[in-house]
Amino acid sequence: MTPPDRQPTLPAAAGRMRSRVASLTGNLDLIVTPVIAGILLLLLGGVWIYADFDPTTLRILEPDQLLVQLGEQLYVAFFSTLLVVVIAVPIGILVTREGAPMLKNFLVTILGLGQAIPAYGLIVVFFIFMGQGATTVVVALATFALLPVLRNTIVGLEQVDRAVIEAGRGMGMTPVQSLLRTELPLAVPVILAGIRTATVINVGMAALAFLIGGGGLGETINAGLKLNRPTAIFVGAVLVALVALTFDILGALAQRYLRPKGV
Amino acid sequence: MNGLQSWWDYLSVRGDMLAETIGETLLYVGSVTGSAGLLALTVAILTRHRPFAKELCLAIASVFLTIPSLALFTIFIPILGLGFAPSFVALFLYAILPILRNSVAGLDAVEASVLESAKGMGMTDRQVLLKVQLPLAWPVILAGVRVSALLTVSISAIATLVAGGGLGDFIKSGLARIPLPNSFEAIWTGVVFSLLLALGIDILLRLVARWTTPRGAR
Repeated sequence: MTPPDRQPTLPAAAGRMRSRVASLTGNLDLIVTPVIAGILLLLLGGVWIYADFDPTTLRILEPDQLLVQLGEQLYVAFFSTLLVVVIAVPIGILVTREGAPMLKNFLVTILGLGQAIPAYGLIVVFFIFMGQGATTVVVALATFALLPVLRNTIVGLEQVDRAVIEAGRGMGMTPVQSLLRTELPLAVPVILAGIRTATVINVGMAALAFLIGGGGLGETINAGLKLNRPTAIFVGAVLVALVALTFDILGALAQRYLRPKGV
Repeated sequence: MNGLQSWWDYLSVRGDMLAETIGETLLYVGSVTGSAGLLALTVAILTRHRPFAKELCLAIASVFLTIPSLALFTIFIPILGLGFAPSFVALFLYAILPILRNSVAGLDAVEASVLESAKGMGMTDRQVLLKVQLPLAWPVILAGVRVSALLTVSISAIATLVAGGGLGDFIKSGLARIPLPNSFEAIWTGVVFSLLLALGIDILLRLVARWTTPRGAR
């Protein structure tokens, strides 16, 4: 494809080398996370082959039951993330409109302080007010994961160059058009990063749903703890970790491929 | 007001348990941020001229934060048993990234011209590190330590699930006794004192940062 007279000169080749190193460094999280997930899978396989499984352990690790728990975990994670996006993105948009800087700082400060509340305590406090079940866990997790999406929506919208917005307005865009066609598309990569963080938090914290009758893979770990079966504890823990790592990898891929063209 | 009164009654006869669990949580905060800080700072210093190694360490440290707390606290139980040890290891692994990221950023943020002038004055690499880079990066490093300490306060509440003690004990015992008397009081004790502890540590470390930052780096 490249015409012969456009052969890269030496500096260009060096530049490409450098950019290859840079892109390898930029891709590191897409390499390291799968490698660690692979190591965990190997450990799981090793346990599967070499550990001795007494009847109790086997009953805790019943595959059908694990699948049900996985389903519960993903259910909680999905709806809490959905709730976070539905609440945090519009609020992020509202507080970045003209004339609301006070509200924005107030929200970010309050939610930042909220991060100091242990997730364990937060789930139990919501249980006091809302009773047991998966719905309570969904709401508690949504509260916990609100900050990353809200913060990233705010940051994403604010980093859009003023000149770009002015240019759009100068072309006759209404504020709504400017938001939908200029600001939001430019902010998508940052917002997506926030949603990825929230998803990973929710998928992981959903393991605590068992505390208040919300099911999830935490049940397996809890059963192992109660019945003193380290093998079952280990398998449960590795499964929880693998689910979270998988979603992190999916999030990284989504961040890479879902960004609007031209950004 | 009735609720506050009954909470106060609950607390007033449980001073010992409160002191003990706060002590356990503080032990986690101290040991974890101390050891993780030492490791992170060492790694940041050793890899300061090796970008690839630096990025690799950062990537590995960030994977730990991706692993859910319940999983990381329980995954070491087959080797370490229950109690302090598995909780310490989990909290330690979590605490590395904030300090490492800030140490790396702090060391990187020192301007090239400043480094050149230091070298031009005849400083060795070690002198540049100790007399120029570290003092300038210190506020940023301490900010990372503060984030790790707060993270440890918050996550260590789960240690109670693996018999590791800490303020989570109140939450667990309250949850187990709902709706018996004093169950809500116990839960609020765990949550409120975790928050207060985090607030106190935050203020303390901000003050330490102000006192220990060299005047020229402020």
